[in-house]
Amino acid sequence: MKNEITITVNGEKHTAEVENRLLLVHLIRENLALTGTHIGCDTSNCGACTILVNGKSVKSCTILAVQANGKEISTVEGLSPGGELNALQEGFKENHGLHCGFCTPGMLMRATELLEQNPNPTEEEIRWGISGNLCRCTGYNNIVKAIQYASAKLRGVELPSTEPDFV
Amino acid sequence: MIPASFDYFAPATLDEAFALLEKHGDEAKILAGGHSLIPMMKLRFAQPETLIDINNIPGLSYIKEEDGHLKIGAMTRESDLEHSDVIANKYPIFTDASKLIADPQVRNMGTIGGNLAHGDAANDHPAVMFALRASVVISGSGGSRTVPIDEFFYGFYTTAIQETEILTEITIPTPTGKTGNAYHKLERKVGDYATAGVAIQLSVDDDGVCTYAGIGLTNVNPTPMRAARSEEALLGSKLTESDIKAAAKFASEDCNPSADLRGDVDYKRAMVEVITRRMINKAISRL
Repeated sequence: MKNEITITVNGEKHTAEVENRLLLVHLIRENLALTGTHIGCDTSNCGACTILVNGKSVKSCTILAVQANGKEISTVEGLSPGGELNALQEGFKENHGLHCGFCTPGMLMRATELLEQNPNPTEEEIRWGISGNLCRCTGYNNIVKAIQYASAKLRGVELPSTEPDFV
Repeated sequence: MIPASFDYFAPATLDEAFALLEKHGDEAKILAGGHSLIPMMKLRFAQPETLIDINNIPGLSYIKEEDGHLKIGAMTRESDLEHSDVIANKYPIFTDASKLIADPQVRNMGTIGGNLAHGDAANDHPAVMFALRASVVISGSGGSRTVPIDEFFYGFYTTAIQETEILTEITIPTPTGKTGNAYHKLERKVGDYATAGVAIQLSVDDDGVCTYAGIGLTNVNPTPMRAARSEEALLGSKLTESDIKAAAKFASEDCNPSADLRGDVDYKRAMVEVITRRMINKAISRL
């Protein structure tokens, strides 16, 4: 019970014969060895496996690899092809937007689509925007600041302070 | 968690999909957004022998106003509803509901047709459909038939869709006169099913008399339900505070919730009363 699929991942074309029941996240991690995409809850709650399929952020633990046939996929590895951090990655680094880092690839991919759709989101829009991504370390505040930083950088306006909040 | 093995087909046309359904019968399942079906398959609650993926069939995703109806293609994603201007301007009830369905990534996959065809009383669109008195277009190789929402849900995960048919469209009569609508569900956290949810659609005439009332309830009954006695309490009334209170009380009495981790029966009935009252007031504020 296999099918042949062709997918483009971070600009590179791959053809593979896969079992119909193979989940997209396993294809990415195991067949393509792109382990930046994480498996957290495996029940489409936590968002650690978030990738972009044709530009839309989706949870790759709840999509079959065969469903991705003919699609363009972006994973966290594709964000900085030259090894230089992009605006979002820099925002997470500068604002301590991660502790353990497990949720970070999913957060980055989700935030990529969020800023694509809404380049200047309000804090509330950011919080709703990442409501499908769980982080057990940061309490989200620094992730929100990281996305605000990236938004400012991409729009070419003055960057917000990266000083931590002490309250 | 890995699903059991299955055959997979991705037909390019509805006719091919119907032919596959006729060949495989009740061993086949339709794959729409997949965010109810694939989790069930991973848990082995569902083990279909064949999956028929209808995501590659063109022409099933649209939102249009035509012949006095709002028509929504079955494969329209929740995120399309969330970001549609037609919906935001005239049917904010969908915007209310879409924002509370799962989370952004799931809404990029989940479809309105799948939400209804799944036949789960915990899903949010059924209540909205009751409030709007929607109909569902069900298609097969012999043609299409239109089923009013009141005749669509048979029981737990069972609907009027036969094993050789596919839900293809939702049609909603355009409300007339001054109209307002609203939906809210109480949820413990983002992505949870409703503890209780209420959908309201109201129309009033120039004197402020209620000429249309539609009220649907989420996850407080074995099947999605219409709060018929609440609708009657509002119809013909001037929507005074006492009319609204009476309607809310009827809804809490007529639903049939079961106790679970989201709350006991008394709590859920109390929440139905509160949310019904608030959503009637919100719908009035949008008239």
